[in-house]
Amino acid sequence: MKFSDEFESRFAEMLSHYPTRRSALVPTLLYAQDEAGALTDEVIAELAQRLDLTELEVRNVISYYSMLTTKPRGKYNVQVCTNIACMLRGGEELLDRCKKRLGIGHKGTTQDGLFSLEEVECIGACSWAPAVQVNYDFHENLTNAKMDQILDEYKKKGTQ
Amino acid sequence: MPDVTLTVDGKKITAPAGSLLIEACKSVGIEVPSFCYYPGLSLQGACRMCVVKIEKMPKLQTACTTTVTEGMIVSTDSDEVRQARKAMVELLLGNHPLDCPVCDAGGECELQDMTFSYGAAESKYMEAKNHKEEQQWSPVVYFDRPRCILCYRCVRVCGEGMDVWALGVQNRGVSSIIAPNQEDHLDCEECGMCIDICPVGALTSGAYRYKTRPWEMNHVGTICTHCGDGCKTTLGVRRCDTGAEIVRGDNRDKSGINNDFLCVKGRYAFDFAHHKDRLTQPLVRKNGKLTPATWEEAFELIGKRFRDIRDHDGGSAIGVIGSTRTTNEENYLLSKFARSVLRTNNVDHHRTADYPALAAALHGKPGKTASMRDVLTAPAILLIGNDPTNQHPLLAWQIRTNVRLRRARLYVINSAPIKLRRQATPFGLLPADSEANAVAFLAGDDSLLDSLLTDGTSRDGWLALRDKIRGEQNLVIAFGSELRGHDIAKLVSFASTLTGARLICLGDYANSRGASEMGLYPDLLPGYEPIASADKFHKEWGRLPSEKGLSLPEMLDAAKAGRLKALYVVGSNPIGRLNIDPFAFSKSFVVVQDMFLTETANIADVILPAANAYEKTGTYTNTCGDLQLVKKAGEVSNTKPDFEMIVRIADAMGSDVSGLVPFGSGTHSDMGQTRGVQSGEADRHAVWLEAHNLEPKMTPFDPMAILDEIQRVVAGYDISRVNLLAGNDQNLEIADSGASLIQPSELILPAHDDLFTSGTLGRYSKTLNSVYENKSAVPEVAAD
Repeated sequence: MKFSDEFESRFAEMLSHYPTRRSALVPTLLYAQDEAGALTDEVIAELAQRLDLTELEVRNVISYYSMLTTKPRGKYNVQVCTNIACMLRGGEELLDRCKKRLGIGHKGTTQDGLFSLEEVECIGACSWAPAVQVNYDFHENLTNAKMDQILDEYKKKGTQ
Repeated sequence: MPDVTLTVDGKKITAPAGSLLIEACKSVGIEVPSFCYYPGLSLQGACRMCVVKIEKMPKLQTACTTTVTEGMIVSTDSDEVRQARKAMVELLLGNHPLDCPVCDAGGECELQDMTFSYGAAESKYMEAKNHKEEQQWSPVVYFDRPRCILCYRCVRVCGEGMDVWALGVQNRGVSSIIAPNQEDHLDCEECGMCIDICPVGALTSGAYRYKTRPWEMNHVGTICTHCGDGCKTTLGVRRCDTGAEIVRGDNRDKSGINNDFLCVKGRYAFDFAHHKDRLTQPLVRKNGKLTPATWEEAFELIGKRFRDIRDHDGGSAIGVIGSTRTTNEENYLLSKFARSVLRTNNVDHHRTADYPALAAALHGKPGKTASMRDVLTAPAILLIGNDPTNQHPLLAWQIRTNVRLRRARLYVINSAPIKLRRQATPFGLLPADSEANAVAFLAGDDSLLDSLLTDGTSRDGWLALRDKIRGEQNLVIAFGSELRGHDIAKLVSFASTLTGARLICLGDYANSRGASEMGLYPDLLPGYEPIASADKFHKEWGRLPSEKGLSLPEMLDAAKAGRLKALYVVGSNPIGRLNIDPFAFSKSFVVVQDMFLTETANIADVILPAANAYEKTGTYTNTCGDLQLVKKAGEVSNTKPDFEMIVRIADAMGSDVSGLVPFGSGTHSDMGQTRGVQSGEADRHAVWLEAHNLEPKMTPFDPMAILDEIQRVVAGYDISRVNLLAGNDQNLEIADSGASLIQPSELILPAHDDLFTSGTLGRYSKTLNSVYENKSAVPEVAAD
């Protein structure tokens, strides 16, 4: 299993932060997922070996966190918040809008592999609700029209 | 640590500072219920059943994670506490099926007990139960998900206790689930500790499930018949058409040297007793064919042939091979029978460790052997050779537990990267077959240092390791059969330079040490007494042949040359185990006592169906010298214990049985004339019995009669009868025999059994075989 130099330097840095190797697991999983798209069997085996863990332990941690996935997601992971603040300001309508526009449901991925959709818990952007997170970017104070526009832009970016 | 004083339920109690509140309560008889807390495992705080009210703390606290402090005021049974516990039980029952009437754990279930105590029989919850089908994780481990209450005991005992890490927790919150390491099945050591420790019926045993209910069995605590560690196992026994069937093995009373522990063999491998191939009728070869016969016919034939051969060709034309799985009493009796009735010293057994060399090396050095319990408390352990994880699972458990809970230092010197290296601080990897060199190096011979080097070890590493070991006090040294003869002497003299060092010699079978101590050797009598200087036994047993007998390979040569006219094999399969040519004994009259038609039984002229160690009474000495009581649990009709068969053969030979087994009231009946040569003298045995407040035994088939004689005669066996009968283990010092003879080291042939094999017993254990066949690869272990 080969990771990028950037991953390797982050990994080395991460190990130095903790007294035991296993503590670096969660951040390492996130970096690996960003790089490989998903935490495949191969990634799991590699990280288990690097961190002195059994593969079972790595899988246990992955299954605990909803942000970690063993199945590849679309290029853009659209995460719509429906917690209280967003819900009151139309988060659920946004989610419905996304479902309709993308033709997929919660945790679904479009045929072309461009979009995944997820209904998520609070993403910490209540002041600007309703909010949506696409990969690591935030989009705030949304309306259906704005949402359409954002999805169009990502589509354009992704198919260029 | 100093004690602290606290008040629990109005009672003033004291407990060592730093101890857990739940343990402090337990020590004064106040039970705080818990599911997830388990002594010796890491703390979980998951089940919230042990909540108690502690004054000045705002909420209820978990007693399993709270340490006692001075002046603490605790109430464990207030209304508030009971209410909280009831709510926990109600939540647990929310998804728990109500299948107690068919659940294996019914009657032994901790959740059932709690429900009875706290009464959450009615639920406020209206949701449908979250039902999932049960899964089979391995031939012996089944998982019934809805019954699981997520206490994580199984996860912890598998990881921390067994160092296997085959179980984990998948998902989160209400969808959390215990998961095996291979998606839908387990790849592990199959010890079944997870089943034993499960407080409910979520993990059940493939060998036992749905067979019976706990209250329908009798529970007999006896000693496991597999490896040399001598774990106590409680056998659940139920009557059946052919006698009494063993349906379960566990260790519910936890009083043995193994406490919680049992391995796959101890827990499941008892089913050989009811294998369909079990012999239940004597067989006599007629016209070349083994034909069923009556016991009388068989004994008469054996008696006549043995007597004829002895009187005609002399005792030296008869060979005797004893067993490493029969009791001490049977081994002693066989040794005595061979010498005093068959008049031969051609006695041997399958040797797997050089105990005589240890006895000889320890001459004049008392207190130098360690018991199995000592391994759990020693500050440091040195392991040379052997692979305890596979060959001595209890020893491995003791070592791991000691390292985990008491931070013992473990030094491992081995020519293979055995699993216990993961607990070892320094691990010395040797080239193959250089354990003896390692011992010489430890003892100070630096010239051998170069011969110890491998890729993973350096000169400095070895020197540092030796320095560390030299600095240890009260070190326990366990060594495998790689060390024999003079190497053991070298190790002993090295150990003598360390303060308080004690030794354990590792042999392979349940009673290997017993066979050795009861004198199943051509040149050694019980207690490692050389035949040449055996005045004591001449006195006790009568006139004995004085020339050294034949060892097993020598018997083989004699048989090939036509000089061995008869061979008597008790509970052993030398032809199958030691790769002996089955035609070698075609000219000899061969008698075999066994449970099955083994390779050796196949060549026999007479086969006597024997009872196994779970079907008789006696004593076993484990490889550390811990003497324990073997109790009869199962029964298969028309089999006999080897003890009775030996006596019956002696009787059929026309020999006086009371000279062989001291039974009946000696002094009154015959003034001892029948007890060997001391005719007319007072009966020593009767005098000894009297002095020890013991009754004469009433039948020649009572092994306790021979135990009396062993205790009286054999060096090192002066035991406490009360402790023995109470089921306690007692460590025996290896006999100080003086100059025992050095045994040829090539006669020691390790059994090479691992976790899933156990000689003949393993071959006829369906459960063990199903586990063995299911093994695709070695257990997955943490990378390191």
